[in-house]
Amino acid sequence: MELPTQTFRVTRADLVRYAGASGDFNPIHWSDRLATKVGLPGVIAHGMFTMALVGRALTTWAGSADAVVDLGVRFTRPVVVPDDDEGTEIVVSAVVREVTEAGLTRLDITASCHGEKVLSQARATLRTAR
Amino acid sequence: MSLDHSFIGRSYPPTAPYQVGREKIREFATAIGATDPAHHDPEAARALGHPDVVAPPTFPVVLTMAANRQLIEDPALGLDYSRVVHGDQRFAYTRPVVAGDELVCVNTVEGVTSRGGHEFVTTRTDVKTTAGEPVVTAWMKLVVRGEA
Repeated sequence: MELPTQTFRVTRADLVRYAGASGDFNPIHWSDRLATKVGLPGVIAHGMFTMALVGRALTTWAGSADAVVDLGVRFTRPVVVPDDDEGTEIVVSAVVREVTEAGLTRLDITASCHGEKVLSQARATLRTAR
Repeated sequence: MSLDHSFIGRSYPPTAPYQVGREKIREFATAIGATDPAHHDPEAARALGHPDVVAPPTFPVVLTMAANRQLIEDPALGLDYSRVVHGDQRFAYTRPVVAGDELVCVNTVEGVTSRGGHEFVTTRTDVKTTAGEPVVTAWMKLVVRGEA
């Protein structure tokens, strides 16, 4: 079963807010000058911000803020966030791999930006029965 | 540069307790656009059976990333942070983090490997309350890119 796709807009302002909230002030997430210096095309989103959006998608699908019992991802491609009002978009989708008798739902997750996958081996387990 | 493989299996001393604040959870939830009332309103969280607001799933990174500085800054391990990329991240929860938790992290080096000129360090961070109740375990894989 495929779950409804969720789309998240990401702007530079979101990265600044996330840097402050998470304590991750690596300049590749806010300075084009320092991002390009290390070979990136420009400022990129925190991998953990992308993962946080996946977490949001999961709690929305589950309909409960406390449903996630396991979440793991591999960061495979940077999410470049341009310095404009539009920013970029991260699209999160998932398929149900298994529903266990104990009421756990295992998902395979896809997260893409401009049609290219930014995560691999992204899997989650949700507690769907209370 | 080569990492010291004898670090595999080594654990670091527990970190100083981290007091999870209600406003910190609200701030983190707001930063990721998570509007579920259980992240913001203690009443909504209590309706789900929690003592206070519930942290979003990736919130523990606030603690675990800070705790991992123990390894990253350990000169004996020899990590060159300027060449480090975050490769993998996983969280396995015994229960969600909630406001009022007082949490301690214990870092363990699970793996140090080399492949294709790159080095990989896998760490496990066990997050427990100061009373010893397990809350969440985080795994992080760091990729140390080889010098081109």
